[in-house]
Amino acid sequence: MLVNQFLFLAALLFCIGVYGVIARKNAVLVLMSIELILNAVNLNFVAFALRNGNADGHTFALYIIAIAAAEVGVGLGLVLLIFRNRRTISLDDLSEMKG
Amino acid sequence: MVAQNIGFAIIATIMVIAAIRVVTTSNVVHAALWLVVVLAGVAAQYILLAAEFVAVTQVLVYIGAVMVLFLFGTMLTRSRIGVNSGLNNRYSNLGIPVAMVLFAAMSLALADSFGTEKLPSDGSLVTTQQISDQIFGRYLLPFWALSFVLLAAVIGAIVLARKD
Repeated sequence: MLVNQFLFLAALLFCIGVYGVIARKNAVLVLMSIELILNAVNLNFVAFALRNGNADGHTFALYIIAIAAAEVGVGLGLVLLIFRNRRTISLDDLSEMKG
Repeated sequence: MVAQNIGFAIIATIMVIAAIRVVTTSNVVHAALWLVVVLAGVAAQYILLAAEFVAVTQVLVYIGAVMVLFLFGTMLTRSRIGVNSGLNNRYSNLGIPVAMVLFAAMSLALADSFGTEKLPSDGSLVTTQQISDQIFGRYLLPFWALSFVLLAAVIGAIVLARKD
């Protein structure tokens, strides 16, 4: 197996996630796209751990999984609060801070 | 070696198709279910990379916990379950060139840096014991910081989502 096949797969997943963050309006779907990006990063970490023959990449992949879980918890709490106050989770409507 | 490459190709194809469905489907619940396919595919790739502990954690945390959170989020925000045309914003087509340019830049960098470098096939495998030695030894400080982040996130989520 080549190193690059995993890195290319991760790059592709990352770009699909970036497209999702740009194109989506629904806040829950934006959070799902962010999960795609985080998984792409994790795949890189584990691939490099095998390439370098040590456990650093595994350790940080586990840390990133924990951070992602925290991020989804807080993110969905925010989305819930926005929905309760505005009756919508469309990100295009949240434009109060526009200059 | 050949069997591994065939396995990689099959799983990678499924993952990419599922990921594209996540960002293009017009149904929030379907997007969540396609995301499960992507996350399971990532877990399978971890197995191919001889990272069984990370793979098990991926299944437990992502497919077990995070997906339940997403489905609850979908349910509680009453994003219309079923086909919904208002999921993309006005400038959604702008994302395609951005993603393509990004992928082209990353491909050039990767092809330039790693070329046809092979992964070691006989290298010493990382054991779970080594990972725990790292977490509770060399990387203890990030682990503590992570514990505080999780605590703050849990409290923050409760405070944000509370009714009054």
